[in-house]
Amino acid sequence: MTFFIEVVLSGLMAGIMYSLVALGFVLIFKASGIFNFAQGVMALFAALTLVGFMEKFGMPVWLAIIGTILVMIALAWVIERLMLRHLVNQEPIILFMATIGLAYVLEGLGDILWGSDVKLLDIGIPQGASDWMLDSFDIYVEKLEVFAAVTAAIMVTILAVFFQKTRVGRALRAVADDHQAALSVGISLHTIWVVVWSVSGIVALVAGIMWGSKSGVQFSLSLIALKALPVLILGGFTSVPGAIIGGMIIGVGEKVAEVYLGPFVGGAIENWFAYMLALGFLLFRPQGLFGEKIIERV
Amino acid sequence: MKIKSLTNTIIAALLAVPLLSGVASAYELTLPTLDYRTGPYAPNGIPFANGYSDYLTMLNERDGGINGAKVNLVACETAYNTKRGVECYEGTKGEGNGALVYQPLSTGITYQLIPKSSVDEIPIFSMGYGRTSAANGKVFPWVFNFPATYWSQATVFVQYIGEKEGGMKNLKGKKIALVYHNSAYGKEPIRTLESAAKKYGFELMLLPVDHPGQEQKATWLQIRKEKPDWVMMWGWGVMNQVAIKEAGSIRYPMDHFIGVWWSGSENDVLPAGASADGYLSGAFHQPGDNFPAHDDIKKHVYDKGKGFGDRDRIGEVLYNRGLVAAMWTSEAIRTAMKIHGTNEVNAKQVRDGFEALDVNEARLKELGLPGFTIPVKITCDNHEGPGQVALQQWDAKAKKWSLVSKFYEPLRDITGPLIAEDSAQYATENNVTVRNCN
Amino acid sequence: MIYRETGQFKDNYSDDQALFPIAQDRYVIYAVLLVTFAVVPFVLNQYWLNAVMLPFLIYALAALGLNILTGYCGQVSLGTGGFMAVGAFSVYKLMVAVPELGFVPLVILSGLITAAVGTLFGLPSLRIKGFYLAVATLAAQFFLIWMFNKVGWFFNYNATGMITSPPMTMFGVIITGPEGTPAAKYLLVASFVAVFALVAKNLARGRIGRNWMAIRDMDIAAELIGVRPLIAKLSAFAVSSFYIGMAGALYFAVWLGSAEPTEAFDINQSFLVLFMIIIGGLGSVLGSILGAAFMVLMPILLKNVLVNGFGTNSALAAHIEIMTVGALIIIFLIAEPHGLARLWRIAKEKLRLWPFPY
Repeated sequence: MTFFIEVVLSGLMAGIMYSLVALGFVLIFKASGIFNFAQGVMALFAALTLVGFMEKFGMPVWLAIIGTILVMIALAWVIERLMLRHLVNQEPIILFMATIGLAYVLEGLGDILWGSDVKLLDIGIPQGASDWMLDSFDIYVEKLEVFAAVTAAIMVTILAVFFQKTRVGRALRAVADDHQAALSVGISLHTIWVVVWSVSGIVALVAGIMWGSKSGVQFSLSLIALKALPVLILGGFTSVPGAIIGGMIIGVGEKVAEVYLGPFVGGAIENWFAYMLALGFLLFRPQGLFGEKIIERV
Repeated sequence: MKIKSLTNTIIAALLAVPLLSGVASAYELTLPTLDYRTGPYAPNGIPFANGYSDYLTMLNERDGGINGAKVNLVACETAYNTKRGVECYEGTKGEGNGALVYQPLSTGITYQLIPKSSVDEIPIFSMGYGRTSAANGKVFPWVFNFPATYWSQATVFVQYIGEKEGGMKNLKGKKIALVYHNSAYGKEPIRTLESAAKKYGFELMLLPVDHPGQEQKATWLQIRKEKPDWVMMWGWGVMNQVAIKEAGSIRYPMDHFIGVWWSGSENDVLPAGASADGYLSGAFHQPGDNFPAHDDIKKHVYDKGKGFGDRDRIGEVLYNRGLVAAMWTSEAIRTAMKIHGTNEVNAKQVRDGFEALDVNEARLKELGLPGFTIPVKITCDNHEGPGQVALQQWDAKAKKWSLVSKFYEPLRDITGPLIAEDSAQYATENNVTVRNCN
Repeated sequence: MIYRETGQFKDNYSDDQALFPIAQDRYVIYAVLLVTFAVVPFVLNQYWLNAVMLPFLIYALAALGLNILTGYCGQVSLGTGGFMAVGAFSVYKLMVAVPELGFVPLVILSGLITAAVGTLFGLPSLRIKGFYLAVATLAAQFFLIWMFNKVGWFFNYNATGMITSPPMTMFGVIITGPEGTPAAKYLLVASFVAVFALVAKNLARGRIGRNWMAIRDMDIAAELIGVRPLIAKLSAFAVSSFYIGMAGALYFAVWLGSAEPTEAFDINQSFLVLFMIIIGGLGSVLGSILGAAFMVLMPILLKNVLVNGFGTNSALAAHIEIMTVGALIIIFLIAEPHGLARLWRIAKEKLRLWPFPY
């Protein structure tokens, strides 16, 4: 029983780690209908920049984080200027492919700027097993992941407040609802896009910090995007809470499957099981658990 | 369709010029290197490529090449991707006077090149990786995988465990887990370990980890539950770092955790910090930069600004692995020159050089690498050479690897029949005529 | 001036409905075929045939397949790599079991097997749409690769799970594996592409192709006018997977010679083929071929220019290469979102009026 609790807990935590990446996808999809495949590479790029600032320029952590945030905002501005602006009104698949192109550019750029070695990222986040949990309950909980979960909770709260209460947030929701209507009441699409890409850049930085502290900052970080996709379709592309809850369902599902089912079929089923689980949910709710209902008219 | 064929011809015309104009006046030994300095496995690929290139550059700078023939390094980036590797091979094999030997640096690319090698008559030196049964020189005359294969290594680990448990008979009833990269590379030792498990009566637990291996919670929870006495790991890339970290977190005793020699570099243990202390891995050469050859590299290569990497990273485990690969390659070329009495050797003659390679302790000393690795002697039917493996251990305080065991002989009664069986299967499937070695 | 249809009178219906109604188009096609089959294999060297032309043609076939599904029927799929793996493993099992059937029938058979698997994984498309479907097809991708990696029967229980293609001959010439003659391999693959491009063109303009396009443009409307989505969508999945399966079989047996499921058929493969049809042009046979040419040739060209032309070191060249590929993709999508095929169409329109556009 303890072991089962342990598996479920680990699943929840791992799921939240996936959600951190999925959140960035949701933000951009909500505001612009773009399925941003570059989110994973953005996390890598942000983490690389952070480490670079700390190592190469010897900045203290807080300064490096602020510096990286500024870089991500500048990046959002450049992306809007050079790419999004020219792709208004294109088919979703074209936009999707363009973001893969963007992923390639960022991948190359990050490597050229900061090199392709593994870099240690230590900004003082507690790591390793929680001794207290291990000694008193014999349950293995990774401190880093608890920290990530708390961060995710804070981030979602801030995002919710941002969307519901601020002027920009309301404008964002208006754009998400209907581009043209939003334009006609005087909301600038360009500004909104810069804002939303900046916000998801910051979310990417958080995801990059968490995953980077876990395994060192290196190229593989960009591949976590693939782990976020099932979370995304399960939770729905447009829902912030969906990303979190979807992440937890996927995390628990895949860990339980791997531990209890894996040994009978040869193991390593986590990856496809997550997708199958999401697919199963989709068959009942084609727009994801919390996605907006798709209404089709002829 | 029209545009396509038109551009094709233009491109062909454009590129044919630089591709063909590489013929230099003096004879050069063309050694293509299939590096991977990009992609998910770049952190491991970079030090190896640096060591390999630096050693050969040092020979060029210090001795003017191998016996006076300059080495021309042709780098081609594969990103550890098989398709790019094949493109690199096709593109570089005709470079200069023809490529002399390939070091494919990936299990996937090695498998791709093995059948090509006998057609193009270019030897392959897959040093300690690739297809294990290529150790059988009768079936694979063009492939060399000395100084030891994955299968030999697996049996060495079993022996080491047996020794620590107080004799091989104590292995009975023990539980050994294998955490492996879920690919052809990671699956290599399974068969060997299975037959060892049968022979010594230990229980084998298989735990695959999918590429890239950033999330291994499920794997390590299983280890926590099943509590295997020993864990072996066949990992690569980010998978190593995460696994070692997870093992530390669940307080798995690190001196009972043994990685393959691709899971035992500084990159793999440093992120885990103090918790990695005592972690073991296989090795066939010494770590560190305290050999005369390293000094020569610093003096002749780095002081002239021709080095590939950072000066202070000379002597890392994977750097030394690249260096030892370059050393054996250059020795094989030297041997070929001696056999055929010419400095202008071709790929076919270099193969003869590999087959007659004999680098003993005395020769290592001459090369400035005394005691750096085991003596290697290759024969017509044995392309694996000595097959001996030692274990190295990580000291997290000193941040240093050091060899902690003797070099063990592999259990040839286990690997021998497996190699014979696998190479025979290859020979029948691909209509290979088995060579006579007497 | 040359490209003009003046004076080409059609006096019966079958002429009117010919695949290439304009005579000049036909001549161009004949010329291209002539160059492809009679000139290229004798002019290009081994490197060009093996490392450039073979992958280009094989990807062209795969892109044709995906274009049927995505371009004509509007269903985005990211399972291409997985379906190619089905083709590759089918042909491997068949080559080992019944080599006497001959290579070409075996490739077609493995295409049919892939079609069956593809139809199965196409079932969710009846309920799920758009990006949700795209991500759901990843389930197929990951599951199939896992299965081929895990179940020993597929790779005849060898130690590593790598499959190696045994040598097979056609008209006495070896056409698979590394012993194969490059020119023979090239001709074989080129024939496959030529024949099946023609088939695709015919399918697309017929009843079934029109059904697909109706579904693509608006599925509810199509349903109302009597197109059955079940048949249309599943047939698109079947035909598409048939092409992709054949491409996978050729990819493994003719080009690579040996393959490891986790690497040769990974998700990047799916993205690559999707790129080809987007860059080439959705819903266009010509576009699939142009797109494949672009995505195969451009990286090699960039690499050769950077490394051989400017002497850039190989790692930096690789970084610049990937950045340039990414940037070019973005520029392309901005400049011509309908792909290379569209450029060709515009050029044709212009040519018809040239030199008096008014």
